[in-house]
This record gives sequence, C-alpha cells and structure tokens, in this order.
Amino acid sequence: MARAKKMAPRDNGAPDYKKNLHPLMAKNYGKWSYHEKLRPGVLVHGAENGDRLYTVRAGSPRTLSVDKVRQICDIADKYCQGHLRFTSRANVEFLLANEADIDPLIKEVNETLGFPVGGTGHSISNIVHTQGWLHCNLPGTDAAGSVKALMDLLYEEFVTDDSLPARVKISASCCQINCGGQADISINLQHHHPPRIKPEGVGVCELPKVVAICPVAAIRPRQDETGKTTLEVVDEKCMYCGACHGQCPTMEIRDAKTDTLSIWLGGKTASTRKGPSFMRLAVWGLPNNTPRWPEVGAAVRKILDVYKQTGRPYERIGEWVDRIGWKRFFELTGFPFTKYHIDDSPLARSTFNTSSHVRL
Amino acid sequence: MGGGFRRVYPENRPDHGGINKDEGLGESGARRPHVASLQQFGGLLESKRVYLHLLVNPYSCAINFAFRYIKRIGWQNQMKGSGMSSENKINTSMIDDLESGPWPSFVKDLKSLATKKPAVGQLLGQLNQSYEDRWNYWQGTVLNVDGYGGGVIARYSELAEKYPDIAQFHTIRIIPPAGWVYSTATLRELCDIWEKHSAGIIQLHGMTGDILLLGSDNKSTFDAAEELMEHGWDLGGSGAALRTLACCVGQARCEMALIDTMAIQTHITNTYISELHRPEFPYKYKFKISGCANDCACAMQRSDMPIIGTWRGPMQIDQAEVGKFVDGHGADFVIDNVITRCPTNCISLKDNQIEVDDDNCVRCMHCINVMHKALKPGKDRGATILIGGKRTLKIGDTMSSVLVPFMKLQTEEDWEKLTDLVERIWEFWGEHALEHERVGEFINRIGLGAFLDGVGLEPHPEMITAPRSNPYIKFEELAPGMLEGESGHDPAVVNEEVESMESTNS
Repeated sequence: MARAKKMAPRDNGAPDYKKNLHPLMAKNYGKWSYHEKLRPGVLVHGAENGDRLYTVRAGSPRTLSVDKVRQICDIADKYCQGHLRFTSRANVEFLLANEADIDPLIKEVNETLGFPVGGTGHSISNIVHTQGWLHCNLPGTDAAGSVKALMDLLYEEFVTDDSLPARVKISASCCQINCGGQADISINLQHHHPPRIKPEGVGVCELPKVVAICPVAAIRPRQDETGKTTLEVVDEKCMYCGACHGQCPTMEIRDAKTDTLSIWLGGKTASTRKGPSFMRLAVWGLPNNTPRWPEVGAAVRKILDVYKQTGRPYERIGEWVDRIGWKRFFELTGFPFTKYHIDDSPLARSTFNTSSHVRL
Repeated sequence: MGGGFRRVYPENRPDHGGINKDEGLGESGARRPHVASLQQFGGLLESKRVYLHLLVNPYSCAINFAFRYIKRIGWQNQMKGSGMSSENKINTSMIDDLESGPWPSFVKDLKSLATKKPAVGQLLGQLNQSYEDRWNYWQGTVLNVDGYGGGVIARYSELAEKYPDIAQFHTIRIIPPAGWVYSTATLRELCDIWEKHSAGIIQLHGMTGDILLLGSDNKSTFDAAEELMEHGWDLGGSGAALRTLACCVGQARCEMALIDTMAIQTHITNTYISELHRPEFPYKYKFKISGCANDCACAMQRSDMPIIGTWRGPMQIDQAEVGKFVDGHGADFVIDNVITRCPTNCISLKDNQIEVDDDNCVRCMHCINVMHKALKPGKDRGATILIGGKRTLKIGDTMSSVLVPFMKLQTEEDWEKLTDLVERIWEFWGEHALEHERVGEFINRIGLGAFLDGVGLEPHPEMITAPRSNPYIKFEELAPGMLEGESGHDPAVVNEEVESMESTNS
C-alpha cells in the first residue's frame, strides 16, 4: 500500500510540469502521431488533430550565467510562446508553433546566444559532463573546458545530421568515479598509483567507512609509533579507483604529474537492436594537457574518421566494433593493442574469445 | 573561512605541479601552486557592509563605491588583456584560450557575469590556477538547510586568501519540472532569486537531472533556499537518499512514449519527497523513466530503477505507409536497415508489406524508429521495471536487469502497485544492504533469487538471458530437513497483486 501523499510544510515536491508545457504540448499531450526531421537541429512533431509543433535544438555550454538564461528566455518569448525545454545532454530546445519563425529564431540563437543549432539525427550531440575543476572536490581534470575544446573540434558533426553512420554520444569524466557515465565515446581520467595518506589527516575521517569502502580490501587500520590508529594501503591490492578518496580527502589519489586520460568505446543505453552495452577501453595514456587536450581530440577524430568510413547506417560505435572486431579496429585506427586492454576483473573470462573465430 | 574541512595537507601532494607539455610526463615542468596574500584582493566589500556605511557615513560609502567601481574597471581591462594595476589582476591566461572556437564558451559568458559579480571573476581565477597546476582547489563538505538532509553541495576554496569571494561557493540542487520543460516566467523567477543571493551561475542541468545553482555562501544558501521554497521550488536529493528523478519528454511531444513519464516522475517525487530530502537509505537510489526502449532518459545504465515504456500484443502496421516507405527508399534499404537489424528476426518484407511475428518481438523499437510513420507500438501499453543499474565503482558496471517484465502504469491504482513494490525493495535493501551498497551491488552479493524472495516477487524467465550453467545449487525443497517435513526457511514474502499481473502477462 503506497503511503498517501504527505508533505512536510516545506516539502514542496516537484514543480508542476503542466504549467510549464508549451500550449501545443498541453493540448496534444499523449496525442502525437509522427515526427519529421526538417533539417539538422530542426524537428516537427505532428499531432492527431493536425497541429504541428516545431523544435529547434541548440547546443549550450550547460554552465550559464543568469543573464544568458534570460537571453534564452527573451528568444523563447519572442518566437516560442514563452516555452522551451532542455535535453538530458544540456541542449536547449526552442518550441515553436509557427514554421515561419524558425529562420529568424535560428538567426538569433546563432548571433545573440552564440549557440549552434544541431544535435539531431546521426550527429554528435552535446557532450555530457560533470563539474571538474569548476566546482567538484575530487577531479583530476576539468570537464566544462575539455568539453568546450572537444566540441570546437566536433562542431561540424554537431551541426550536420548525416555525416555519421548513427548518433554518437560522448561523455567526459574527471576521476574514476566516472560521473559522465557510459557513452559511445567516453573520455575518462585514470590514476596511476595508490592513494598517498597523510597520517595527521586520517583523524577527520571515519576509519571503518574508509576501510569498508575499498572494493579490493586494500586499506587496513594500523597503529602508528605513538599508538594512534591510522590507515595503510596495500599497494599490490590497490587498483587506484579512488573510492576511498571520495570518502576521506586524506586518501589523495590524484597526481598532476601522472594522471592520464583514456578513451572508452561502445557504451549504449538504448535497448534498440541487441540492447544496451558497456564501453570498452580503446586508447590509454593520453596526457592531461590543458587548456585544450589536443591529444584527446586527435584520438577521437581518428576513431570518428574510421567509423565514418566503415560503419553501416544505424550502427552505433559499439555495434560497429562488434561487427568488424577489435582486431580490425586496432588495425584501422593504428592504436596499439596491449595487455592492459585485456580485462582482469572477476568477469574477465566473459570477454575472452572462447571460440575458434578469428579474423585472419 | 567558514565551516568546512580545513585545507587538508597540501604537503601530501607529491609535486602536484603540472605536466610539462613539451616533455610529456616528465617532472621538469612541475610548478608549485601560488598562494597570494589577502591584500591582493582586499578592499572588496560585502554589499551589506556597504549598506551599513551608507547609514553611518555617506561620505565614506561614496569613496568605497568609487573604489569598487575602479576595481571593476580594472577587471574589465584585465579581461581585455590590459590590466590597470598589477594588484588586482586576475590571471585567466590559460582559460582565455577557451573563449575562441565555434562552440559556445562558458568562459566568455562567465567573464561577462564577472563584471557585476566579482566572485565569478575569482572563480575563473581559481579555475585558471587549476589549469596551470593541473590541480583542484575545492574542498567538499556538508551544509544542510533546516529540515533537509541534502540538496546543498558545499564547496570551500583552498585559495580563499587570494579569492575571498569564493571562500564559500556552494551549489544548491533544485528539482526541475519533469522532462525539463519550462515557461520563461519559471526560468526568469529562478534567475531573479538566484542573482539576488549568489554569484548567479545556473547549470541546466546536472547529471542526475537537477537544476544546479552555483555560487552562494553559507548564509545566502539559506536565504536563497528559503526564497526558492516560498515560490514553490524544492531542493533536490544528495547523499544516501532518493535522488531527483529524470524522464524523457514523453507524451508531451513524442509519439513513441508508451507511458506518461512526466506524470509518473512527478508522482514518485511527491510521494517520496521525504525520502528524497532526508537520507535514510544504505546509499543513493535513482529512478529514471523513459517512454520507450530508446531510453532517452539514459535509465538503463544511470538508474537503480529504470522504468521503460513497452507494450503487449501486436505492433500497429499501416501497410499503405509501408508501401510508400518501400517505394521511397527501395526494398534494399528496408532489408539492410530494418529487416536484417531485428534482434529476433521477427520482421519480414513480402510484396511491399511488413509482417511481424509479434510473439518474438522484444519491443526494441529499431524498426519503428526507422519506419516511424508505417510502424507503431501496440495499443496495450505499460512498462518494464528493471533494477540495479549504476556506473563502475565499486564492483564494476552493473546494467539494470528485468524485475517486472510488464506492469500497467496508467491509473493511480497501477502506480500504487509500483510504489508498493518500491517500498518492499527499500525495506529489504535497507534492512540487509551494507553501507554505501547500491541495490545492484546488493543483488550481486546476495543473488537475484534471494532478492526476489526478499521483495516478494516470483522468478520470471524474462529476468535472465539463460539459466545457470553452474550445477552447485542449494535446492531448499530437496534439502534433507525439508524432505523430512520441516517447514523450511523460505522468506514467504509474496505479493499476490504482482503475481496475478505476471500471470496475465504470460
């Protein structure tokens, strides 16, 4: 039996989405019958009663000043009957009742906001990312800046919708917690040594929690010379994940000298075709080079070039590599295949080739 | 600086300078972070102090305003690369590079904001320092609004001496309208409240789906939260709590949406608003709701409990539209991109007509995506409920897996079946999970069979891709004790509603 809706005086709950719907959304809620892609970044949705709602999708940097949000509102007031929405990838979607407003709206979005229109169809949509150095307490690299640098390089793929076999979703993560999550292409920071403990700092942390959070039981309590309890890390067991760092800031896992970036391929959340998949390590050891991470950009570009040449329509990156095989992937891209690409987790055997199928 | 961890052991960082770009990972480029003195950015006054001056001493106040104005001009000049005096320079030389290029630049936007919000300039200064040192300068800790156990992400700058206005620079998470739909009035209200109390940065949206408001200090966080709540807004989740929900645009603008994602999200949010605000779980719990298998809310991998729209019975086929599609694209296109891409080979093309073996269709949506005017989902609609998705820490990625193959979610009574199941899961997981153990990790540890017993669900073949191959099994019914008449130890938590629902599905 679900409990009755009961709110404490200030537990307001979610804002009422109905008050925020575009009038045509409210009128045709649940009564849509088709959609068409009019051009890159522009969609039309048709309702059963013949109403047509136009959507112009624009890429945003996600981190916005209140003034930029007001500029977005000004445009939506002028052309969109005062309504808009955002996508899960930080794109702004302007919703229009009138087809004639599309061109002037795009002009203002481009010129006033400086936002490109695109991200629909077989494009590279906006990169999902987290806070990085702008506002996180754990990152080894930046997010907003590296995303800006990479989207500058991938701009053409954002503003067109037919340059790729299928849509490509990219994520960026600043530590090995990987808040950016699974994606067709994911750029993740890697740590390369166990956390370095400053014994005096251990006192601010709850030691049993720090010990318990280690996935490989590499952290254990130890008495120091003065009899005080501190922690130690068994280096051979530690896999440099940084779980303890989130629990206790003294377990410093980051290292500006040694942290690197790696690129993972083939994550997919949709259950379309063979279903969702996890991403796999493709390229490792790229330098954390501020302010534009050119080595990462070059590697992503290389992957996309080969994908464009050999991918088939509607074949996401993971499905493409599944079909051509990782051997061919490494041949075509020129990235080295190393022993580090071979999984050594408890599930590793499920990734071995347990057949005589080989591409010779 | 207030409240948080004191700066934790900078000495512990082994030469955390930076990587010399020319020499790869060599050590020669290592730099030490600079720590500037308070004087470098002294003189900036809090607005309330200025107000007090106005009351006490209008003359001194005027001088102070003039001083602030000069500071601001100095900042603007620095933005143009010609700082007025070395004293008030904020170095943004590295991130200035991110102002160029075709993609919109957050640096450019924030510099513009910095002309009226000095804290934002200091934020950029600290960010630039991070770019130079490849090091982070935020400490994180907890700050709670009265009556709430989460929703504020507190950050304290380690460079507060140099950048005093960002000594406390927090994020407030705010629950957005479902599907991230806004009227401009809604957004403007948010901007006005936030600008009044903070540095005025908004992120639309965070990875969980919250509206993120950046740039308040300890006091203004409370003031802003109070004013936001007076206007009907509410704080999002953080910590070991129900987290803010996310859903796709759903039936508001998509013909594919098989459930009312926005209504379900709002219902779950409001039903469990206390669990969202006051952490009482072993660890976080996330719902994401997608109207169909395309999963635009990224529920499968990003939520503990994905709710994915689906249907029973035959798919709808408009053969006239099929004919048009085949004529327009050619039969080869349909065979290459629709027929052969079906994961269960249940679709075929004969004489420009589509046939579907509906019993073998797994509702993956691919054919419907490609031929969306000719093919449509069936009419008997509901959702598949899954469990346990999360990213990699600590046991490796867990993909969500099927828990209830089909559940109707149209009426409030249907929703009650869902919330009933949710509460059984929370009770069992809350009772038996380790601290910091997500529900997917918990299932890995105890086994899906034991989990089903614990939450009172019958096993269903759709929960697996194949039965076990490992032969070492503890059959409760065949254990000597039970054969001799003992009652056994099965948890006997069975929900008859779910059972009957399952049987209608089969």
